[in-house]
Amino acid sequence: MGSGASMQSVDRARQDIASEAVSRPGEPPQDRLIAVAAGLEVEAEVHDGVLKEPPVLEIDRFNLWYGTKQALHRITMPIPLNKVTALVGPSGCGKSTLLRSVNRLNDLVQSVRITGDMRLNGDSIYDPRMDVIELRKRMGMVFQKPNPFPMSIYENVVYSLRIDGETSRGVLDEVCEMSLRGAALWDEVKDRLQDSALGLSGGQQQRLCIARAIAAEPEVLLLDEPCSALDPIATGKVEDLIQELRGRYSVLIVTHNMQQASRSSDYTAFMYLGRLIEYGATTDIFTKPVLRETEAYVTGRFG
Amino acid sequence: MNSESLPRRRARSGHANLTAHGEPWVWLTASSLALAIAMIVGLLSLIAWRGLATFWPVPLELVTLADGRRVFGEVTEREPLEPTTAAIAGHPGRRLVRTGDFDASGNHFEWIDDTLIADISQPEWATVVERLDAGRLHGIPRRLRHGDRVVAEGSVDVGEAFAREHPIARGRLLRAVWIDKHERGELQRQRHAARLAVVQAGLDAGAGSQRQSEAERRERQLAGEIERREQTLDEETAKLRGENAGWVVEFETASGASVPVPLDGIVRAWQPNRLSLAGNLGVYLSRWGEFLGDDPREANSAGGVFPAIWGTVTMTLIMAIFVAPFGVLAALYLREYAGRGPVTTAVRVAINNLAGVPSIVYGAFGLGFFCYVVGAGIDDVFFKASLVADGQPTFGTGGLLWASLTLALLTLPVVIVATEEALSAVPNSMREGSYACGAGKWQTIRRIVLPRALPGIMTGLILAMARGAGEVAPLMLVGVKKLAVELPVDGTFPFVHPEREFMHLAYLIYDVGFQSPNSQAARPMVFTITFLLVAIIALLNVTAIWLRSRLRRRFVSQHF
Repeated sequence: MGSGASMQSVDRARQDIASEAVSRPGEPPQDRLIAVAAGLEVEAEVHDGVLKEPPVLEIDRFNLWYGTKQALHRITMPIPLNKVTALVGPSGCGKSTLLRSVNRLNDLVQSVRITGDMRLNGDSIYDPRMDVIELRKRMGMVFQKPNPFPMSIYENVVYSLRIDGETSRGVLDEVCEMSLRGAALWDEVKDRLQDSALGLSGGQQQRLCIARAIAAEPEVLLLDEPCSALDPIATGKVEDLIQELRGRYSVLIVTHNMQQASRSSDYTAFMYLGRLIEYGATTDIFTKPVLRETEAYVTGRFG
Repeated sequence: MNSESLPRRRARSGHANLTAHGEPWVWLTASSLALAIAMIVGLLSLIAWRGLATFWPVPLELVTLADGRRVFGEVTEREPLEPTTAAIAGHPGRRLVRTGDFDASGNHFEWIDDTLIADISQPEWATVVERLDAGRLHGIPRRLRHGDRVVAEGSVDVGEAFAREHPIARGRLLRAVWIDKHERGELQRQRHAARLAVVQAGLDAGAGSQRQSEAERRERQLAGEIERREQTLDEETAKLRGENAGWVVEFETASGASVPVPLDGIVRAWQPNRLSLAGNLGVYLSRWGEFLGDDPREANSAGGVFPAIWGTVTMTLIMAIFVAPFGVLAALYLREYAGRGPVTTAVRVAINNLAGVPSIVYGAFGLGFFCYVVGAGIDDVFFKASLVADGQPTFGTGGLLWASLTLALLTLPVVIVATEEALSAVPNSMREGSYACGAGKWQTIRRIVLPRALPGIMTGLILAMARGAGEVAPLMLVGVKKLAVELPVDGTFPFVHPEREFMHLAYLIYDVGFQSPNSQAARPMVFTITFLLVAIIALLNVTAIWLRSRLRRRFVSQHF
């Protein structure tokens, strides 16, 4: 394997697939997707509305490889300030990878290599002089599965302050209450702040993680499928919470759930196999997308 | 789809069915477990039964033989004779009698054929006398004398008088022993310290120097004072012993001889044949009390094992204190910091292999490195005077510290492996959550990973302690002694003496069971010591397990 001849034959096969896809009328419009699957570069369709918003985060020609496998291809997208932006796309399209690249959690994976850059309020994230710990303190992140720390509810919320060496009881108490209120959890846990966080239900745990993420007043909040491990009622509560966070925080949320994206986000980006396909206001993406591929995905015809 | 077109599936044979259901495997696995449980329960109940029964009073039998000889003792064992012999001689069996008449017969035990027995009786006043030295005596009390004056005559009166006088005499003796051991010992220590000061001055400032003559003057001064104080002590002990002198109990032994026993030389005496249940219990608890709280007597085959309990527990705890941080830090580096590669793998394999090195090798290493290199170095710098004056090394020989360190090395692999397992069981999502909050690596480890892994680390520590507490072979090389009455922790400055040699229960099992001159009598003691050792290890483990379950409740969620 790996000889020149076989590589050429693979390329030829890809071109065949691509040309076949384009030359087949009447079928569901997936020609761009097939071209992407064949390894061709496709220009992303970014609506003008997005570009007019002031950005909090700018992703600039970002490429990422796991070993030799490229997972993100030239992603260029601005994330608007104080808006909720949803990343949608089928499994394995690189949504989570992109999200984890924003706070450089992918640094922990040894085989990852990147090119391009991201800027948080103008500061280059991948600048070698950037202190990654300070960078992460400017962002909050919530993961797929609730991951409260093995300590009390109170200590969970003020964790980021504790590691900064904050010891003033007054400050900690205030931040704890504000964050828990912000995460719509205060009324449920205010009487048992010193109990273990692991005793909370799944939905409560996830809102606790959100409280923990907003405790440090992050510039951008990263949510990685925050409802995928929750039941419908807990999901509803977390979605309500995202609605409340809207306007106060810049939120970047990865989701598998089309309804969730349409309900709770201002902007939606559709990704496929590591490429950004279409990006625009959520209403536009869901009701009158520019690309037929996007329409096919958001209406559930594939993915 | 037409169902009739599908071929009907059915079991091809009973054999296939059996394999599919896996019935034999259930039996195989269950019987393996049952066998293991049976062995463990059997062993533990044997140890517990024999160990707990040791101190329970056994009736004394007076056996009269056909030739008129009489034997007085506890029947400890019975066995049928070989069938062929039995057929020839026509007798059913023989019994082993613990005679308690070593002075006259030279035997502690005697096998007696049932056919030779003319008569067996259980005299009411048959008494077991535990003597301070010279072992047990079985006899019937005849009279209590004070000098030539007979205080009491006849078993009943002697019994009453004994109950009255014995505690007083025994109290005086214990006081005298206390003076000899502690107060006189303190004076000895002071004298020795003054002597060492002279030698030290000679070493520091040269022989015949100003400083040395000063120290010699102080030593002479102190010697005079000590002599005066020793005289007072001598007078006091002489008075105590004098008051005890002359008190004698006379016992009639099996052979009819009258054996006088000094009253204060009796540790305990009881009449098993006339004891009620409460009386039996009293003797039983009193003997347990002595066993747990006193120093050993008679080459460890009687008396207590307190120094050994103390030594075992202290050594195990010191070992845990050394091995826990050391092992956890090593495992932390290996799991959290070291990159994955051939070197890490090699280190990991090497650590696993260390767990398989015979423990005597660790003992040899401990002796060669800790005692002869590190200890000798310490002696050279800090205890030169002692080395010169007594020719005795202080740290340069086996001791509690070196034994603990040796066992810490021995159990290190257990702790490292268990800690690594525990660390790798901490979900990565927790680490990521912490990093996402802006925590550094060490902050994440200290605040998230370590607390979460603590129950697993405790498990490793429990295993290590259980292994260390039961280890004998390396200890024989690095500090365990047959008899070491001075405890490593006591009231003498500086209160902790890590250089002292110590006693250990596991070594005591070996010593009492296999090195004792009277091994038959020591056998019940071996069971008791074994029972005690198992109980102590169980206690240490239960404490650690309780601690672990508390931690687990705190750190690990049960519901989702």
